[in-house]
Amino acid sequence: MTTATLTRPDRARVTSWLQNYGVYLAVVVLLLFNLAFTENFLSLANFRTQLVQAAPVCIVALGMALVIGTEGIDLSVGSVMSIAAALIPLYLGAGPVMAVLVALAAGVVSGLFSGFLVARLGIQPIIATLALLVGGRGLALVIAHGQLVQLHNADFLALGTGEVLGIPVMVLVAAVLAVLAGLLVRRTTFGRQLVAVGGNRPAATLAGLPVKRVLIGVYVISGALAAIAGVLATARLSASDPNEMGLLMELSAITAVVVGGTPLTGGRVRVLGTVFGALLMQLVHATLIKHNLPDSAAQMVQAAIIVAAVYVARERSTR
Amino acid sequence: MTATVAAPSERGASVAAVLQRQGAAVVLVLGIVVSWFAFPHFGTADNLRNLVLQGSFLAVIALGMTFVIISGGIDLSVGSVYALGGVLAAYGSRYGLVATILLPLVVCGLIGLINGLLIARTRMAPFIVTLASLLFARGLLLALTNEGATTYKVEPGSAFLWLGQGTIFGVGVPVYLALLLFGLGGVLLRRTRFGQSVFAIGGSEQSALLMGLPVARTKVALYTLSGVLAGLAGVLTAAYLQSGVTVLGVGTELDAISVVVIGGTLLTGGAGTIIGTLVGVGLKTLIQNVINQVGTLDANYQTVVSGAFLLVVVVIQRLLARSRKS
Repeated sequence: MTTATLTRPDRARVTSWLQNYGVYLAVVVLLLFNLAFTENFLSLANFRTQLVQAAPVCIVALGMALVIGTEGIDLSVGSVMSIAAALIPLYLGAGPVMAVLVALAAGVVSGLFSGFLVARLGIQPIIATLALLVGGRGLALVIAHGQLVQLHNADFLALGTGEVLGIPVMVLVAAVLAVLAGLLVRRTTFGRQLVAVGGNRPAATLAGLPVKRVLIGVYVISGALAAIAGVLATARLSASDPNEMGLLMELSAITAVVVGGTPLTGGRVRVLGTVFGALLMQLVHATLIKHNLPDSAAQMVQAAIIVAAVYVARERSTR
Repeated sequence: MTATVAAPSERGASVAAVLQRQGAAVVLVLGIVVSWFAFPHFGTADNLRNLVLQGSFLAVIALGMTFVIISGGIDLSVGSVYALGGVLAAYGSRYGLVATILLPLVVCGLIGLINGLLIARTRMAPFIVTLASLLFARGLLLALTNEGATTYKVEPGSAFLWLGQGTIFGVGVPVYLALLLFGLGGVLLRRTRFGQSVFAIGGSEQSALLMGLPVARTKVALYTLSGVLAGLAGVLTAAYLQSGVTVLGVGTELDAISVVVIGGTLLTGGAGTIIGTLVGVGLKTLIQNVINQVGTLDANYQTVVSGAFLLVVVVIQRLLARSRKS
């Protein structure tokens, strides 16, 4: 099949174009479809809702994209969100800043933990983060005694519902983080090292790059971003719900990253693609819901999109 | 397999290999002995019966996972497929005994077959393909149950219930079925060409291809097997609970992977045993039971302990492998 693609330059060109721009095209097509066929779609309030709902996935997916760029994977993101959510009510008494800082610290520690296992002990990322996925949610439930806690601190809740110049705080945070992630990948030594480590680990090691430090770094960033997403989602919910917080988030984030054109084989990070990947998944979901298709259909469509995206991405790696 | 080859030359290496292979069994025996004396309720016939019954459902799923992991792959869809199997069995129970059992096995087998075809033919990463089918199977289950609002019950008088609730010599039927399947699985893995291919693919897919082994066909069969077994576990659970429970199986793929790894099967593929997986299931069930016995302990610690345990085992595996190499 690979040879068939090679001998047909036209098909190869189409595939390559799809790999690079497919996610943007898909978002535009879906937007046009909704503008034409979905009632009440064209309103500022609706666009705001879509962006707000895409924000947590987007934030988590940014960290996931960096991890995948090093040929790793972080399955623990949902549990890290849940730990962050569980910690908020415990420290809200000392002020929202304190609560957010503690939650962030928990994310960093979780990332350090995964990073240590992957970089220092050489454990496969899927297993290292799987253990944290299993244990992390348990830990969150232990912290919260399995309880959902309603939150009433107005300053904290503003993180989820507040607006600055008409833009929701969550969307602003996601946008700023996306820009920072883009700068990190494109403009910093760390970013270049990250891509090199993912592209060819032995070569990166031979070239004397600080491979272990880079690996620990990406997991720490992923953990911190997951914690931020957990904090924002908790504020939006106005309740700390460690049972449900971030459930299946690893799937959504990986999907956004892969759909956005970052190959699972590492060596390349597409930040803007990841943002659009998160937007696309949100739009797909919203479209199906608005046309009264049930959640079950939405899940099956999401499954099909994952497979299609990876299938398209696959040809690049073999080309 | 690798151990017997490497053992004679270095004594330290052989000790490490034995620990790696038998460590879980030693811990399991110690755990049972300690629990027996520490908790008065633990050694009662009721508790032991319950213990093996609870373990048998996970064991059936983990059997398929063992094959997949030895081949160097992974199947994340088993949790959803397990739940789907249960719901399909309960749904099919109104159409007679054959439908009750065949419908779930066929549908779950088909999902496994599609997993296998996608993985073997398009060479996509197993974890991403089965991640997608995790979503797909859960979606199918939700569609079938009106978004989880409908619970299908198995007819009260159905002979099907015997599969889950029946006992022989006081021990539940699922336990016998699981043991039978493990026996068959062991023969399949150790005594057939198919089993040899599985090990060869896990050891080095490239070499397996060069040796002329039917790599693609073996992979398709593996994932189909995993789907069928996960579906069968669902069938048994539905018979035990008398209904198809939609919320079942969330995170079960992780449990299955954990017990396989705890049992000494390497996630990198190429090495592993069926017996090890059985020991892994035993350990996991024991830990859960002990946490229940310690009444004061928060039930949420179960998952913390599971996660920590998985990690400890993997770290030890890793360190032992390292010490053997050097």
